[in-house]
Amino acid sequence: MTKNSVEIRNLDLSFGAVKVLQNLDLDIHDGEFLVLLGSSGCGKSTLLNCIAGLLEVTGGQIFIKGHNVTWKEPNERGIGMVFQSYALYPQMTVRGNLSFGLKNARMPKPEIEERVKRASEILQIEPLLDRKPGALSGGQRQRVAIGRALVRDVDVFLFDEPLSNLDAKLRADLRVELKRLHEQLDNTMIYVTHDQVEAMTLADRIAIMKDGKIMQLDSPAEIYNRPRNLYVAGFIGSPAMNFIEGNIAGNTFTSGDLSVPVGDYDYMSGGAHDGAAILGVRPEHVLTDDMLPSADMTAKVKADLVEPMGADTLVWTSLEGHPFRFRMDGQAHVKSGDEITIGFNLTRISLFDPKTEDRL
Amino acid sequence: MSSAEHAPAGPDKRPIRLFRNLWSKIAAIPMILVSVGIFVGGTIWTIVYSFTDSGLLPRLNWVGLEQYERLWSTRRWLVSIENLAVFGIASLILTFALGFLLAALLDRKIRFEDTFRTILLYPFALSFIVTGLVWQWILNPEFGVQSIVRGLGFESFTFDPLYDSSKVMIGLLIAGLWQGTGLIMVILLAGLRGIDEDIWKASRVDGIPAWKTYVVIIIPMLKPVFITALVLVTSGIVKLYDLVVAMTSGGPGISSEVPAKFVYDTLFTRQNLGQGFAASTMMLVTVAIILIPWALLQFRGKKND
Amino acid sequence: MTDTATLTGPTGPRPKKALSPRNIMLYGTLIVVSLYYLLPLYVMIVTSLKGMPEIRLGNIFSPPVEVTFQPWVKAWAEACTGINCDGLSRGFWNSVRILIPSVLVSVSIASITGYVLSMWRFKGSEIFFAILLLGAFIPYQVLLYPVVIVLRELGLYGSLTGLVVVHTIFGMPINVLLFRNYFVTLPEELFKAARVDGAGFWRIFVFIILPMSLPIFVVSMIIQVTGIWNDFLFGVVYTRPENYPMTVQLNNIVNSVQGVQEYNVNMAATLLTGLVPLTVYFFSGKLFVRGIAAGAVKG
Repeated sequence: MTKNSVEIRNLDLSFGAVKVLQNLDLDIHDGEFLVLLGSSGCGKSTLLNCIAGLLEVTGGQIFIKGHNVTWKEPNERGIGMVFQSYALYPQMTVRGNLSFGLKNARMPKPEIEERVKRASEILQIEPLLDRKPGALSGGQRQRVAIGRALVRDVDVFLFDEPLSNLDAKLRADLRVELKRLHEQLDNTMIYVTHDQVEAMTLADRIAIMKDGKIMQLDSPAEIYNRPRNLYVAGFIGSPAMNFIEGNIAGNTFTSGDLSVPVGDYDYMSGGAHDGAAILGVRPEHVLTDDMLPSADMTAKVKADLVEPMGADTLVWTSLEGHPFRFRMDGQAHVKSGDEITIGFNLTRISLFDPKTEDRL
Repeated sequence: MSSAEHAPAGPDKRPIRLFRNLWSKIAAIPMILVSVGIFVGGTIWTIVYSFTDSGLLPRLNWVGLEQYERLWSTRRWLVSIENLAVFGIASLILTFALGFLLAALLDRKIRFEDTFRTILLYPFALSFIVTGLVWQWILNPEFGVQSIVRGLGFESFTFDPLYDSSKVMIGLLIAGLWQGTGLIMVILLAGLRGIDEDIWKASRVDGIPAWKTYVVIIIPMLKPVFITALVLVTSGIVKLYDLVVAMTSGGPGISSEVPAKFVYDTLFTRQNLGQGFAASTMMLVTVAIILIPWALLQFRGKKND
Repeated sequence: MTDTATLTGPTGPRPKKALSPRNIMLYGTLIVVSLYYLLPLYVMIVTSLKGMPEIRLGNIFSPPVEVTFQPWVKAWAEACTGINCDGLSRGFWNSVRILIPSVLVSVSIASITGYVLSMWRFKGSEIFFAILLLGAFIPYQVLLYPVVIVLRELGLYGSLTGLVVVHTIFGMPINVLLFRNYFVTLPEELFKAARVDGAGFWRIFVFIILPMSLPIFVVSMIIQVTGIWNDFLFGVVYTRPENYPMTVQLNNIVNSVQGVQEYNVNMAATLLTGLVPLTVYFFSGKLFVRGIAAGAVKG
């Protein structure tokens, strides 16, 4: 049995009449890197603030390391937190920022120094210790902010969109560093972001949230390959998954002239399905040219628009009246108006029930 | 389209710079007249005539520093300056202490915040004349606070600041605080609201008590707001005039005279223009002493950013 | 293991006591201070509703036993300043006649100047602006007499028009700053697009800037209405007694040495004078706050 680091039970949070989180349950394993992913307003930051104790819950319980911390102050919960705006104390040096909380907890001086030294070594910010935040670059500031969480020597780190204020290149660099840091420290990390690349690359598991509920909690690969419902399928992946509405009857999915044999589809619920269905396939999972022999079915489409992107080429078309995009090799010679044969593989498609929007 | 249509008929005339965007320059005339004509011109004029013996009418008869020498040996002026210093320092300390306390209280996500703020700020909408007259009435020894406390049985209780030359500045201070603290509170509250929420969250995660967060983190962060408010309030205190006129008319005797009133009386009642100009120049110097370090600080701050 | 802890221990929000020491301190302080702030208003009202005999007997805080509006009538229509005994109404109407043109002229000029300084800058415009801002800190006393001379030369000294000019001059720094700072936040592309479309200085101002700037005009008007209504110094210096604004007349009524002091009439007169800015204040709410946070420059 995996030990859980953070457990959330029946969590409710409302601001007045607005319910932000509803009856939410979540177990986060020891040493896990969990990403809370969702578009703005989905409640992911709210959930993080509840775990931190910065927001008071309306109902439910929060456990950290087996202790019920529902009524505890943030500093008593054994957490460290890193904020999007860094939130460094501007009038204090980096050293002051790192040690302020410890001093306030009346920790003996030598130990404070020891911890500051260790954290600044790990984050390579030793040369910056006597500078003030104003004199640091964005990346350096965020490192100091991480350091402030690090010196607290806690089990759980909370990150609230820590890379959102950085430019694209720095973000990529710090992402790698964060991943390295997690491997080095082995702490539990809970990380809020709206950036799916960050989520996919960093997470052990991703919790995709919408309207205060968790839509799917799984490994990045599982979420990408077997999205649990239409929302997750559409949210993850860029460009988004193609959806074709149709019907399943006798192990065949039909939509207009298109028919796809789905007898070998790996149904989640076990049994086969008859009736209305939505077929989803990712643009990068559409087979063309020399890959076609491995396809389970094929169809012909006419390219409406071609977007060459260098590494690959995105072709816009429509399939049985549904807008349809797929990716081809970057070197493919296609232009608008060309007729192209495409195919898909049963292992790479998803079927959804249009009523419940759940995966079949 | 033929290229001939685009060819200029003759050599392009370079537009005269002054006339480019002519309307904007015409529209700027009031600003130019006021800034140069009134503010710069008027200030220089007053300074220049402070070195003359102008009496009923201004005239350019130089007397060097004579007006200033006379000014600084006038008892009424010395009292005015002392009063201003006492009033200024006391009201600065008290308005800022009280203003910050109230701003911090209102910042604590309390209920009825709007109501409290409305109550604390309304005196600022009233004129100094109204303020002065109300407090004159409340402090009236025959009917006001003193008589009420005496009525409660404390027969020897005395609180008649407006009739006691040693305490008259306290009376002015009570009214001044009542009128002006709301302003400081609102400015500081705006400053507090501008502080990044995450700073508060970070300090809670670090386990720092709220009062300590204010003292150690928030107040230092608000330094620019404090300094700006300080400059505004101070330059306002120097202008203190209406309140004194309404509350005490400078009395008892000359014990609540202030420089602004001294200047007005000298210019328009005693018609000793040269003396009035010297006194107003001294007021300008006072403001400049406060203002110049601030302006330098602002300027240096901008360069550092 | 931790599952055993589930459903036991603290659940939901932390129990809160309405009367926690923190709340007592917080609300207690605010309520005490609020009472101190409300006291003068209360005293003004109750005093103005009492008859003189009652005032002489009772204390200033007690509510009127017998409510009378006579003091209000007297303050408005009969109170004497010098030889005139037609009450504060004369000052009120003077103030209105000063207020309306002053507000209109000063707000118009300030808004156009702010517009120039944000969108039509020319060489030197920033220097004039800097001087204008510094001008806000010059004690009025320094400029009182030079302005007298200017008005006299223009033949406006003592007239209402002269006072309108004075209010426009001294209201300029803060209001120009207010407008300029607001206009620079408007998207520059809008201005560029209008110019590409061939709109000129006035067209852009009237059709593009004005419709987007209503709130800041209201803020500026609030500053000017309260500031001009409350003015005392300029009224005294630049007008003749028959044109004295309400504040000056009020002071003359209350602080006149002749006759018996009628405190109830005085307080009714004081309230009457404060009524206009108080009304503006209570109805403008947040905009007033916004105005003074910026308008603090006025000192």
